[in-house]
Parts: sequence; structure tokens; C-alpha cells
Amino acid sequence: MAETTFTNATQVLEPFRGIKKVTIEEYFTSGHRTCQGCESALVMKLMVKAAGPRTIVLGSTGCMYVANTTYYTTPWVVPWMHTQLGSSGSAALGTAAGLKVLMRKGKMKAEPINVIAFCGDGGGADMGLGAISATMTHKEYNSLILLYDNESYANTDIQLSGMTPYGAHTTFSPPGKAKRIIHTRWKKNMAGMMAAGHPESRYVATVCASYAVEMMNKVRRALSIGGPTFIHSLDPCPKGWDYDPMLSHELGELAIETGIFPLYEVEDGVVKYYGKTKAIVEGRPRKPVREYLLKQGRFAHFTEEDLSYFQEKVDEQWEKWEIPGVVPFRKLDAAQAALNVK
Amino acid sequence: MAIATATQAASEDKELLISGSEAVAEALVLVDLDVVTAYPIRPYDTVMQAIAKKIANGQLVAEYIVAEGEHSQFEIVKHASTVGARVFCGSSGVGWMYAMECLVVTPPLRVPMVALVGNRALDDPGAFGVEHNDALVVRDLGWMLCWIDTSQEALDTTLIAYRVAEDRRIFLPLAISADGAFLTHSQAITLVPPKEKVDRFLPRYDRGDLLLHPDNPITVAPQANEDWVIEIRRQNDEAMKRAVGVIEEAYADFRRIFGRGPENPWFEEYMAEDADVILIGMGTISLPLKVAIRELRAKGKKVGLIRLRWFRPFPFERLAQALGRAKAIGVIDRDYSFGSPFHSGVVANEIRAAMYNADTRPPLLSFICGLGGREVMLEDVYKAVDMCYAAATAGKSDSKTHWLGVRE
Repeated sequence: MAETTFTNATQVLEPFRGIKKVTIEEYFTSGHRTCQGCESALVMKLMVKAAGPRTIVLGSTGCMYVANTTYYTTPWVVPWMHTQLGSSGSAALGTAAGLKVLMRKGKMKAEPINVIAFCGDGGGADMGLGAISATMTHKEYNSLILLYDNESYANTDIQLSGMTPYGAHTTFSPPGKAKRIIHTRWKKNMAGMMAAGHPESRYVATVCASYAVEMMNKVRRALSIGGPTFIHSLDPCPKGWDYDPMLSHELGELAIETGIFPLYEVEDGVVKYYGKTKAIVEGRPRKPVREYLLKQGRFAHFTEEDLSYFQEKVDEQWEKWEIPGVVPFRKLDAAQAALNVK
Repeated sequence: MAIATATQAASEDKELLISGSEAVAEALVLVDLDVVTAYPIRPYDTVMQAIAKKIANGQLVAEYIVAEGEHSQFEIVKHASTVGARVFCGSSGVGWMYAMECLVVTPPLRVPMVALVGNRALDDPGAFGVEHNDALVVRDLGWMLCWIDTSQEALDTTLIAYRVAEDRRIFLPLAISADGAFLTHSQAITLVPPKEKVDRFLPRYDRGDLLLHPDNPITVAPQANEDWVIEIRRQNDEAMKRAVGVIEEAYADFRRIFGRGPENPWFEEYMAEDADVILIGMGTISLPLKVAIRELRAKGKKVGLIRLRWFRPFPFERLAQALGRAKAIGVIDRDYSFGSPFHSGVVANEIRAAMYNADTRPPLLSFICGLGGREVMLEDVYKAVDMCYAAATAGKSDSKTHWLGVRE
């Protein structure tokens, strides 16, 4: 079949200029069964509100599938489909490729349709990393992969993932008499990895639903720019992190104010910091990590030593990283360079 | 009759000397494929090489995606199919296993994906040669499965596969199995029909009310749990049952439009009509079996062959009918099923089950041979036939499984 004049254009989604300008239409409504205080459910709602009605959402296995999308009580107003735990990248790619070819060949009315695939931290940063990485190199297909990071396999009983913070108590890393800390790995730098490792992706960002308008505007930016794009959202989780559900927003704010989670975007290779993160980069003091950690039961077993270790690691990311909070490389200092020459 | 129709068709058909894999690629151009995903593993990957060349040359306009593993390879086309694209995929051996999770979800999602399995021994140890265990692992899951024997059958079956899989009464995935090397890499003269005929035979893929599109905002595959899963399994079962009629319809239409193709879609009968001993196998094993049968016939031994084309749905009634008239049956598996009843291969036990309710149940002997791509020798076939004759005389099976051509 002959090709038509197909442009591969994206929808033009201007940023919302303030909370009062945000559209009132909802595309994620009643019917979900997530926990009280679930920040990830809010992320779903804001994500699709930002994207609008001409959107297809693919959801990989995780809380936002199992607890969120039950037969006969779906909350999704836009078309939605489940994909396998490690398949958010492939789901985005396949859906985008299918739409594109049908429009190219004149088998479907040509129009820009947003394709968003979401994954949890387990599905995205552990099992599905390879597929997401592959999708991030396919610049001819427009899609957004949104990783909602509640820092554990929260749907299956709170097991640790590659995104669980150092030392956190999960059902796979319980503190005990012989070992206080079972989980000794530092969390992956997912957005930095996506941006640094996929030079042809034009947009990577981090978000937190505590800053809802900024979050929606980053989703709109990603969808407007097109090609494969990636957003990492940090989602406080009352069940997994063990805190009062009313504190979800506050914990999100603290994660940023302590410098544990930076808010930024990388557009065409240029890093731009947002909000409190911007202030930190400009020299404003960070809050101590203990203010964030000690509000959560998952760190209740932490000693002063653990808190110091955590603080040092976070300090490092602001004081030593070449691009603070984003890229962990360091330039060789002059003395070291002289040694190497010899 | 087959010769007469071939001559008739020759005026419009193009004759090409191509391998089984290349024949599948020819068919994919004719069906105007939309999305195809590739990942390298021998021997099926020859089909992807052929498709890539066709896309590069502009013979086919399709999205051609090289995935980063078989899991993604199958997931990508699964999703492309849900928005209405006609898709193709494939793999071999452990590659097919790597995609296993995706193979499991495709039937209940009612995605009519067509895949080529270039049958290959599973690791370990490494072997490129044919075994049927790779494709057979999905036998219980809602995949339609068939085995082909020639390049011509590869091309024709691919056309039929889309017609059957994409029939709204079915909407199930379909895997075409081609023996690694013996068919994927072996060339033969193949008739390639004109596109106009294919358009008459194969309607456009219409996903209908299952289309994932903003104009049809459905939720696909939500969490269903015990409330609905058994009903969904039952729907799959019904679709597979309906496939029987749809396959027969498709073959009849194929014969009408293309002037070739078998009357019996399910299996090929070679000198089986009057045979005392009927051998059964799948795929290219038919070649040594047919040679042996001709030699045996020359010596007055009435031996025949049933080459099974369709494994899912399994033609149990027609097989029971065709086999009931023999004095003994010898099933030759190019696969294994360790610990199974009688320690037999998969096909032997399927046929035992198919014969259980039959009026006449000739003695059935079970053989395993040709694993890992080992050639099946005439001496092995003669040995098997001798054992079948002995069972016919004794009037009972020996309840054993005989491995042929093995160094003991």
C-alpha cells in the first residue's frame, strides 16, 4: 500500500499557567481502589488530565494496575490497556508504531494521539529497564514513559526494588537482631540514566505530585516534544513507607527540600532545575535528611550512624557530582590529573 | 489433480526458487503487513532478514523494529495489533522461551498475531537443529499451531494463517512451525500468487469493538480475579473450537481462489488409504518417511504416512477415523516429554488420547527420533515399521517408547 503524507506530528499542549487555568475535565475518575493517601493514584489522575482525551494509556503490572484497574470498575475514561510487568517500553513502542503505520498507510484517520505507558519502580527500573532503554532510542515513535516510583513492589506486600532507598525496612529487608540493615544498595539514578544514556531522547524530567501544576506541565511538554520521552515521579506511599496518609504531600515536599529527590528536566541536553531544587543548586541550605527519614516507619530502625551515612551520600550528590543531582561523574582534580600523567 | 491445478495457476503465479523462510516473507508482502519485530536467533531469523530486504527495497511498507530481546519483540507487536495493525513475529528454541510471558498473554487478549517458529532444540547443550519442543510449549495456551513441510506450504499457510487468526470468530494467535534448516534454509520452486488474488482471499484486519483508540475508549485486561477469569478461559476455549470450522472454510476458499491446496486441511495422507501400518509425524520428517514407504511398498509392505499439519486445534475425530482402519500405528515424535505416560513424545500421547473413544483402536507404537536435527535414516524407519508389523500380528502395543538412531 502506498504511503500517505504523514507528518508524525504531536499534539500541541501549552503549559497550564497556574492552577486556575487547569482544565476541569477528568479522565481518571472514580472506580480505583488504591489506599488512602496514595500519591500514585493522584499521579495517574494528573498525568491523564494533562494529556487530554486523545490519549491511549498503557499500564504495566503494579499497584496502578492491580489496585487501580479492576474489571467493571475501571477509573479510566481514555482507552487503557494492561501490559506485562517489564513491558512498559514495549507497550509504548508497539502502540505508537501501530498507530503510526496505520496513519502512514491511510488505514486510520491521521491525527496526533498521545501514547503514555506507565510503570512502577519495580516494572520500570528493575524488570523493564531494557525495554524502556530500547524505546528511548526509537526517535521516530512518539511516546511518554512515566515511572511512578513508590520505592518498593508495593502491590505484592512491599518488597524492595532497585529504587528502594538504602536501609529501608521492606518485607524482603526486615531489620533483625543480627543484621540491622539488609538492603545495602543505593537507589538507581533513573532519570539521570535515561537522559545520559539516550542522547536522542529530547525530554527527560523528574516530578512530584506535591507540585501538581509543574508536574502536569512536564507531562504536557513531554507529549508536545514527541519522540520517546521519560518522566520519573517520586510518589510517597503510606503503606510502604509507614506514615500517616495525611502526610503524603508533606513527605513529597521534604524529599525535595532535603535534596534526596531533585526536580529537574533535561530538554535537548540542557538541564533546568525547578522549584526548591533550583534554590538548592543556587546555594540555599538543604533540610537535614533526618527530617524526612524519621517521619517514616521504614527507617525507624536507623541509628545515628545510618542517618549520617544517608546524609553523606546525599551531600555527595550536591557537592561532588559534575551536574548536581543529575549526573554523578566528577572531573579529575588537578593533583590527581598530574599523578595520572606520570 | 494437484499437478493440473498447478499448471492452471502458473500463468498468473510467479515462480521463485526460495527457502521456507523466504516464502513466508513473500506472503507477508502479499498480506500488506503493518508491523514486524525482529531479534536474531537461528534458524527462524532468515525470515526477518528477508523482510528487512523487502522493506529496504520498498516492496513492503511496514514498521520494522529490531527489539532488544524476544520478550519485547512479542510485546511490541501484541500492542501494535490492539490498535489495528496486522503484525508478524517469530523466534526459535530458547528465544521463543524468552518470550514465554508474552506468548501466554496473547491468546486471552484475543490478539491475532501470526508467528513463525523455526523449530530448534532447546538449550542446553547448544544445538541449531530441529526439535519440536519449542513450539509445543504453548500447546495448552490458546495458540493455534501448525507444522509445514515445503516452501509452497510455508507461503500458502501464511496467507491462510492471517485469514484464520483475524477472523472475528477466532481472534487467536497462530504459530507456523518450520523445521530448522530442513525447511527454513532449504530452497524449492515456489509459486507466488498475484496480490489481487490475495486481496480476494484475505479481508482487512478489523479489530471492531476491541480496537484500542480514543474513539473507542475501552479498558483492556483489567484485574479480573476469580470473578471472571473462568468465563474468559471458556471464551478462549469456544474460540478454539470455532477455529475448526473457520480453518476448513479458509482452506476451501483458498482452493477456490488460488487453484491449489489440500482438501483435508488437517493432515496429509500419503499411501495411507490401504495401509496396514500408518506412520505419523510432523514437518519435514515426511521426506525420509516417504522414501522409506516407497521402498517398503516395492517390497510388498503396505505402509503409509499421515503428516499432521494442525496440532492446535487437534483433529482428533478425523485422525481417529483415518487411523482406525490400520493394523498398527507408529507415531514418530521429533520431541520429548520426560516423565509423560509411556515416556512418550507429545504427539504419541495426543494420538493415544484421540483414539481412546474410537471404535477400533489399532496397536500404537511410539518412537522418538531426529532430535537436535539429527537426520532420520531409512534403517531407523525400517526398524520402526518392523516393530509395527510385530505389534499388528500380536494385536497389541508394547507400552514402550523406542528411541531410534541413538548411540546406546
